[in-house]
Amino acid sequence: MEQGTDAFVPYIKICRAPAAEASAPGARIPSKPKDREVTTTSLTKSRGAGHAGDKVFSAATLAAGCLILVVLFGVALFLVIQALPALVAPADKIQGGEGFFTYIWPLVIGTLIASVIALVIATPIAIGVALFISHFAPRQLASGLGYVIDLLAAIPSVVYGAWGVAFLAKEISPSYNWLAENMGWLPIFQGPASATGKTILTAGIVLAVMVLPIITSLTREIFLQTPKLHEEAALALGATRWEMIRMTVLPFGRPGIISAVMLGLGRALGETMAVALVLSSGALTASLIQTGNQTIAAEIALNFPEASGIKVNTLIAAGLVLFVITLGVNMIARGIISRHKEFSGAN
Amino acid sequence: MTSTLTPVRKRSALTRGQLPKAAPYIVLAVALILGAAILALIGFNAFGWGVVSAILFAAGLVGWSLVVEGARKAKDKLATCLVVGAFLVALLPLFSVIWTVLINGLPGLLDPGFLTTSMNGVTGAFDNKTVEEGAPLLGGIYHALMGTLLITVLATLISVPVGLLTAIYLVEYGEDRALARAITFFVDVMTGIPSIVAGLFAAAAFFAVVGPGTKTGAVAAVALSVLMIPVVVRSSEEMLKIVPNELREAAYALGVRKWRTILKVVLPTAISGIASGITLAIARVIGETAPILVTAGFATTINTNVFSGWMASLPTFIYTQILNPTSPSNPDPSSQRAWGAALVLIILVMLLNLGARLIARIFAPKTGR
Repeated sequence: MEQGTDAFVPYIKICRAPAAEASAPGARIPSKPKDREVTTTSLTKSRGAGHAGDKVFSAATLAAGCLILVVLFGVALFLVIQALPALVAPADKIQGGEGFFTYIWPLVIGTLIASVIALVIATPIAIGVALFISHFAPRQLASGLGYVIDLLAAIPSVVYGAWGVAFLAKEISPSYNWLAENMGWLPIFQGPASATGKTILTAGIVLAVMVLPIITSLTREIFLQTPKLHEEAALALGATRWEMIRMTVLPFGRPGIISAVMLGLGRALGETMAVALVLSSGALTASLIQTGNQTIAAEIALNFPEASGIKVNTLIAAGLVLFVITLGVNMIARGIISRHKEFSGAN
Repeated sequence: MTSTLTPVRKRSALTRGQLPKAAPYIVLAVALILGAAILALIGFNAFGWGVVSAILFAAGLVGWSLVVEGARKAKDKLATCLVVGAFLVALLPLFSVIWTVLINGLPGLLDPGFLTTSMNGVTGAFDNKTVEEGAPLLGGIYHALMGTLLITVLATLISVPVGLLTAIYLVEYGEDRALARAITFFVDVMTGIPSIVAGLFAAAAFFAVVGPGTKTGAVAAVALSVLMIPVVVRSSEEMLKIVPNELREAAYALGVRKWRTILKVVLPTAISGIASGITLAIARVIGETAPILVTAGFATTINTNVFSGWMASLPTFIYTQILNPTSPSNPDPSSQRAWGAALVLIILVMLLNLGARLIARIFAPKTGR
């Protein structure tokens, strides 16, 4: 496409200039040579009515593109400006009284715990679903089934939060008691289990449901790009369907899977409502089935509406930390995807 | 006479060592019966029956295959069972969420006045009366519905021109320049911005420019635009890219200017995909809670001016009704309102998704065949 429009302009120059010259017979000298003089430049550099439109239109598109860069830069800039007072404030002014970094690190750890739980649950299921849609489901059903999974992504996060707190937490709390009794020797399942089920593990499960469609749709696309010849070669050598997938689809898709999981991680890190509604927050604990822990995003959502003064700056600084973490994760993921695109030839 | 040809039916060498075609069905039937029997011993429930039967089915089929067909085929069967199982597991939360919202939301939604009244003046005392004396449930979501619609419309008005023009720049003018590559990269990065950070950005920007504590619908619309623009750019870009180059060249050959070619040839060809992409982008941001929470606050009264005052929206309405019930001692009326609002929100999102598919079909360019 890019070459198409590019390559075409010289083509017009070549074609139209000789034709125009031919129509002006050499015997008759034009009365106004400057007006009639037909050159390639006069044709391409004409100042017709449409010329202004061209200029305005291309300038508008360029401005829109630059605006996006400005906005992203602005996101970083405004967050830094509003966060600075909290970063430089004396330690006793920050919530907790021990400075910003003492305040933020339990939140960072809590965010990571919730995201890791979500990914541990979601990744195998998402890869299974993607394989089902790309290689197992009947061809006519595949796109419909993919749409059903995409519906998971359409449900608003606050509804997931409401579902998590009203349905999942209640249903799952008996199994937390079981875990506390039978696996309590593991620090992560240390009892006593929360009676309400509003724990970081429940929040992680809700997050897993929310990142599942993202990982699924990306890995599905990658699996569908596996060269057909590789697959058919494996089958022709007598491989079963699973052996074919293990020999051709998974090795081909590995970078794609990694980046899809990282994009899912980016979503899980920044997801707010599910955690804010589900988790009954508290101090950092290792146990996943007790109340406690908190994530950055939920901390902001719960406290920002009533915050004032330095507290606002503290929360914006927390948002900045979250922004930097997710930006790093996303950039690595996109980097892997674009590198993969180049060497695989798949597009 | 010695019988040299005894008509013994032997299975063909090609199909020997294979499970019969009906094997999965036989195993399924056995697994369902066994599962029901096991669950009857420990207390029957449908969910447990499904889980136990599925495990029995997988174990039975893989075991049978291992005996008859060997390890390789058995492994293949196991992988198939796991993959199908993963799909079924993924469907569980979807149905569970939709079922929960329907069951809990219908009573709220069918309440008279739910869609046409606001929460103005509805206090905990009214809710206590509803629970204790059976008085009708007061309060509704009109203010939140209006807020959601206004904020989303304003966000769409900001995002669509910017997003669409950027997509046009990338496809028609970018020509793989460094700027175009940078825009593509940062649009990708923008899709990964956490929604709450987008909200904080808008809040921080307005705090810095207008004044501390500025919370209006317009700030929320800016926050939503930050989330919406990258989605619009990506989908429009994909759609513009698949417009056949021959159409552009035909227009150029007729001497049509580039901008008129784009407006009259390229955009009409791609409009179905662009429109459905925009609809999907709206569906994505209409349910966003966190950015609205930090930018527009939450109100209980009707506010139709996006440029002044706090504004309610459906997601923040759900959130506050669950987290801070109107009457702390009797949270049931609040949760009923919250579920009603959740049902309305899901219906809106599903309609937008459906609308996107319809738009794509209706406005699809006629292919002549």
